[in-house]
Amino acid sequence: MNIHEYQAKAVLREFGVPVPRGIPAFTVDEAVRAAEALGGPVWVVKAQIHAGGRGKAGGVKVVKSPDAVRSEAQRLLGSTLVTEQTGPEGKIVSRLYVEEGSAIDRELYLSALVDRARGRVAFVVSTEGGMEIEEVAHTHPDKILSFAVDPVTGVLPHHGRRVAQALGLSNEAAVQAGRILAQLYAAFLAKDMSLLEINPLVLTKAGTLICLDAKIAFDDSALYRHPDIVALRDLSEEDAKEIAASRHELNYIALDGSIGCMVNGAGLAMATMDIIKLYGGAPANFLDVGGGASKERVSAAFKIITADPKVKGILVNIFGGIMRCDIIAEGVIAAVKEVGLKAPLVVRLEGTNVEIGKNIIAESGLNVIAADDLDDAAQKIVAAVKELG
Amino acid sequence: MAVLVDKNTRVLCQGFTGRNGTFHSEQAIAYGTRMVGGTAPGKGGSIHLGLPVFDTVAEARRETECDASVIYVPPPAAADAICEAIDAEIPLIVCITEGIPVLDMVKVKRVLQGSKSRLIGPNCPGVMTAGECKIGIMPGKIFNRGKVGIVSRSGTLTYEAVYQTTREGLGQTTAIGIGGDPVKGLEFIEVLELLLGDPETEAIVLIGEIGGTAEEAAAEFIRGEAKRGRGKPTVGFIAGRTAPPGRRMGHAGAIISGGTGDAESKIAAMQSAGIRVSPSPARIGKTLVELLKA
Repeated sequence: MNIHEYQAKAVLREFGVPVPRGIPAFTVDEAVRAAEALGGPVWVVKAQIHAGGRGKAGGVKVVKSPDAVRSEAQRLLGSTLVTEQTGPEGKIVSRLYVEEGSAIDRELYLSALVDRARGRVAFVVSTEGGMEIEEVAHTHPDKILSFAVDPVTGVLPHHGRRVAQALGLSNEAAVQAGRILAQLYAAFLAKDMSLLEINPLVLTKAGTLICLDAKIAFDDSALYRHPDIVALRDLSEEDAKEIAASRHELNYIALDGSIGCMVNGAGLAMATMDIIKLYGGAPANFLDVGGGASKERVSAAFKIITADPKVKGILVNIFGGIMRCDIIAEGVIAAVKEVGLKAPLVVRLEGTNVEIGKNIIAESGLNVIAADDLDDAAQKIVAAVKELG
Repeated sequence: MAVLVDKNTRVLCQGFTGRNGTFHSEQAIAYGTRMVGGTAPGKGGSIHLGLPVFDTVAEARRETECDASVIYVPPPAAADAICEAIDAEIPLIVCITEGIPVLDMVKVKRVLQGSKSRLIGPNCPGVMTAGECKIGIMPGKIFNRGKVGIVSRSGTLTYEAVYQTTREGLGQTTAIGIGGDPVKGLEFIEVLELLLGDPETEAIVLIGEIGGTAEEAAAEFIRGEAKRGRGKPTVGFIAGRTAPPGRRMGHAGAIISGGTGDAESKIAAMQSAGIRVSPSPARIGKTLVELLKA
């Protein structure tokens, strides 16, 4: 789960991390009042959307009067911001963050993530702040320092000294680097983050460090123990079908194609998308119904697929292990009885309770195109959709 | 021979009396697995599926002399269950549970270091030696004893590989699902080491997916071993060629992020290591047949 910058900064503030003072605003008047409350003489008006690249796209403006805050707020609120990360359709700006300006000496980079290869939380730091870290890794790998933290010890003072050295910090800023590192690590663990990126971390002209931007992603699997974080979710940033799917604990991702897929298992669901593409079709979605799905959840999944106007054909591909084929069959039939079936439907069942599942479908009288295996299933649904034109 | 588990493996089930623990223990027993009991806190002393139930894994280990434990407990309690099995020095722990917080697994990974246990999973289908021992949720009927060792990050794609190698008449030794989480127990390399060392395993199927760099590391390992004369014919497959970057594709670990983890670079790494990559998930078996003929 992702949150907005202003929310991320509020979370970090709880842990003592230095961030600029700022106030979120949902209207132009709120933005002006925020500017007045903050004082001045310099403010930054920042569009709040779940995507990076806002600065380059005109979504972050430095201004020097409350009147200028007003005109920037008028320009941004309700506008569509297209950045490198939003896709061509862009994102509508409905929230702003008005912040005090900072006197920047140098822009640095600092992030924490789970290093999969080492199975530990790792930090990445670089002197090249304000740039995409992937680009820095490509062009200046020597300017990146990365190290993992042993969960038994947590962040130690020597980690701080290493970071200070890599970032060329001295005096108060060097001491501060160690403190910020420990604070970020504490926040990362306490809130079950999967990514915490400070880009840029700024060395001010006064010689102190401050987090000018903050991006946080949380581990979805750990949200059950963080109701405070769940409350920060902004549904307007998410696809409506994906929201409906998440209510039923379904893994669903909307795509651009015309063949709706319902599959069990993430790997097979991805492979099903791949094979549809291989035979010249295009998947409308990724959907993993999961291992322990009930008939009701399967039914909900099927309804989400059929409600998508882009869907011209449906492929159900199940290889039952923990998932039983009979439950899939019952769920699909229940959904079709409720919402009907206009698109061609290819069903491929294999694995646990496959015979019972096939019988249930055969006896239902449903107009289902049966498939023997994955190859057969993919070819049949692509052909059926092509026939429709 | 096969690897990790065989007909003598004595298997305990943690979360024995729950819905999944019950269903899959029944299936395991029906397959001929030597299930020896289970744990369910508060239900110690009772009998379930004709087998003894214990309150703690330590007690179960002492009473049953189990060599393996399979875990079906829900995500909030799963890390504790794995650590309990590590404390009881169970040699092989298989965790099926999906949705364990990643930072819980970071701790578990640390506890595993220097312990007497190996962990498979979590978020995996388990491990199965054809005709001998079924630990986890793989459908037993599709297996046939033969010569292919299978290792995969995806459960259902493991089944595809098993099913297809059975249909092609090749059969399997052992299939190991290492799981779709970013932080887990055994990685590809450790399983490949076992399969390369098993005389009965004549060929290998390696199934990866987008996210991380474990497939690249596995390909590098296979290249090195082949140079030392330990190569075996290997077919690879990578799921997620059509997955959009930045989205978590079901598995917590299946995400293209920060410019790494895309399918094409994994496929290229496999090919350059001499692994024959199947063009489609439906042609894993056929690709292996072609490779073995060549």
